[in-house]
Amino acid sequence: MSDPYQALIVERHKHPLHAGRPAQFDAEGEGANPICGDKVHVYLRRAGMDVHYEAQGCAILSASADLMADAVAGKTAEQIAQLSRDFETLLTTGRENPALGGLNALAGLAAYSSRIRCATLPWSALAEALHHV
Amino acid sequence: MSATLRSFDVTVIREDFPILKQQVHGKPLVFLDSAASAQKPRAVIDAMRHVMEAQYANVHRGLHYMSEKTSDAFEAVRDKVAAFINAASRDEIVFTRNATESINLVAYTWGRTALRPGDAVAVSEMEHHANLVPWQMLRDAHGTDLRIIKITDAGEIDFDSLEQVFADGKVKLLAVTQMSNVLGSYTPVERLAKFAHERGAKILVDGCQAIVHRHVDVQAIGADFYAFSGHKLYGPTGIGVLYGKRELLEAMPPFMGGGEMIGHVTYEKSTWAKPPFRFEAGTPAIIETIGLGAAIDYVRGIGFEAIAAHEHELTEHALATLGNIEGVNIIGHAQDRGGVISFTMRHAHPHDIATLLDRQGIAVRAGHHCAEPLMGRMGVTGTARASFGMYTTPEEIDALAKGLLRIKQVFA
Ligand SMILES: Cc1ncc(COP(=O)(O)O)c(C=O)c1O
Repeated sequence: MSDPYQALIVERHKHPLHAGRPAQFDAEGEGANPICGDKVHVYLRRAGMDVHYEAQGCAILSASADLMADAVAGKTAEQIAQLSRDFETLLTTGRENPALGGLNALAGLAAYSSRIRCATLPWSALAEALHHV
Repeated sequence: MSATLRSFDVTVIREDFPILKQQVHGKPLVFLDSAASAQKPRAVIDAMRHVMEAQYANVHRGLHYMSEKTSDAFEAVRDKVAAFINAASRDEIVFTRNATESINLVAYTWGRTALRPGDAVAVSEMEHHANLVPWQMLRDAHGTDLRIIKITDAGEIDFDSLEQVFADGKVKLLAVTQMSNVLGSYTPVERLAKFAHERGAKILVDGCQAIVHRHVDVQAIGADFYAFSGHKLYGPTGIGVLYGKRELLEAMPPFMGGGEMIGHVTYEKSTWAKPPFRFEAGTPAIIETIGLGAAIDYVRGIGFEAIAAHEHELTEHALATLGNIEGVNIIGHAQDRGGVISFTMRHAHPHDIATLLDRQGIAVRAGHHCAEPLMGRMGVTGTARASFGMYTTPEEIDALAKGLLRIKQVFA
């Protein structure tokens, strides 16, 4: 079983590439987990599917949001929906999928079903943002 | 210590708990989550197995050997519980599923009959949801008021706030924990009982955590109601206890209707059995109750004097060790406290702490610990919590400290 805290996760948690509220955006969405009080707010710029976010929560949540922003950049809404499904499969099976790139770093969560929600929260926030554009 | 008690040796105690030999992720299990539910000694496991293998039938109903034997074993536990908490009578012991059900039973039956709309129930800021939500439900259904007694930053009952809450004479019930499952604080329940009684109120004590660590005497406390769960006391799940003073139980209507709880039934109406049976509708948790009896025997065999001394050392060791880790913040500093320690750590979310410790075989709990409003009161969204049982060792606390240092490196 792979470690749920691979170097990439810790790295993106400590030094995120897409964190913060951008000056301009077309849509936004929020994901909250009432069980732990963690929250993520996603900002979407339609051109190039440029995603930024503000996260309040654990390392899995913020790293997952950061890696999500990498993964969806330049994709279409349909491609993003497919990525989101593939990502959920990764989290439930733990089997890596080349199409997921850096998101594969989260495969180890398959052994921690109670933590899967931390990783999927940014994706529900993004789905909400996409719904509004 | 009396001569009949075993002298306390934690390595011998650990031999009694089969699960402690398990490995987790290839590492020895370090179980620091006993406040959520304790592990079970062999004596409890064997007693439950014995019922199922050799002495089982429904209780109080069959006119046959197995039923008689099982009823005797089941009812003997009522005597054991009564003696364990020094109830004046076995009839004051009601078996429930857990402490949550015990408190709901009081809210639903006593609350709706002894309290009138406009009367108030007072709870502290550090209650488990089990001793908060039933009173909110009573308020919404019955029109009673619900008041919150403040705690100090150290995690102790604020007596000024207590005075204020009681000032207008409307409070008819003080429902309070004897030990916080988050802060580890004990509350001065004798003093609180006296305070409530002097003002014409009753007191319900949530003894879920305290009863595991200290000798409890409901008469010395002056408790009107006392609730606890078997599973935290090294017994099985599915069995809890409500102690209630006889005259209170006698005046209370049933909680649920069905078998066991009736006197006489016609198609039109029924009369109620006397307490405690009035509150025990349906087939009870027979096997679990007998398991609880074995757990009480086991705990008494070791003795609270020895358990408390061991756990006191553990707690002092843990407070010193964890307190020494730069960036670790222990939540709650009550004078009188036990082996439940909540903490946060700079740069590390409680859930990350719990998962990373788990990788090292160390089980702690993280989150709001069913005390969500208390998190806000203490200025955190959640904590990690290490809690101890009689089988916990100082080495396990050192393992926790080492684990935290590693996590600190990861997130530094
Ligand atoms: C102080 C306190 N009260 C009540 C409860 C509820 O216990 P149970 O879930 O067994 O009903 C707990 C358990 O966590 C507790 O710690």
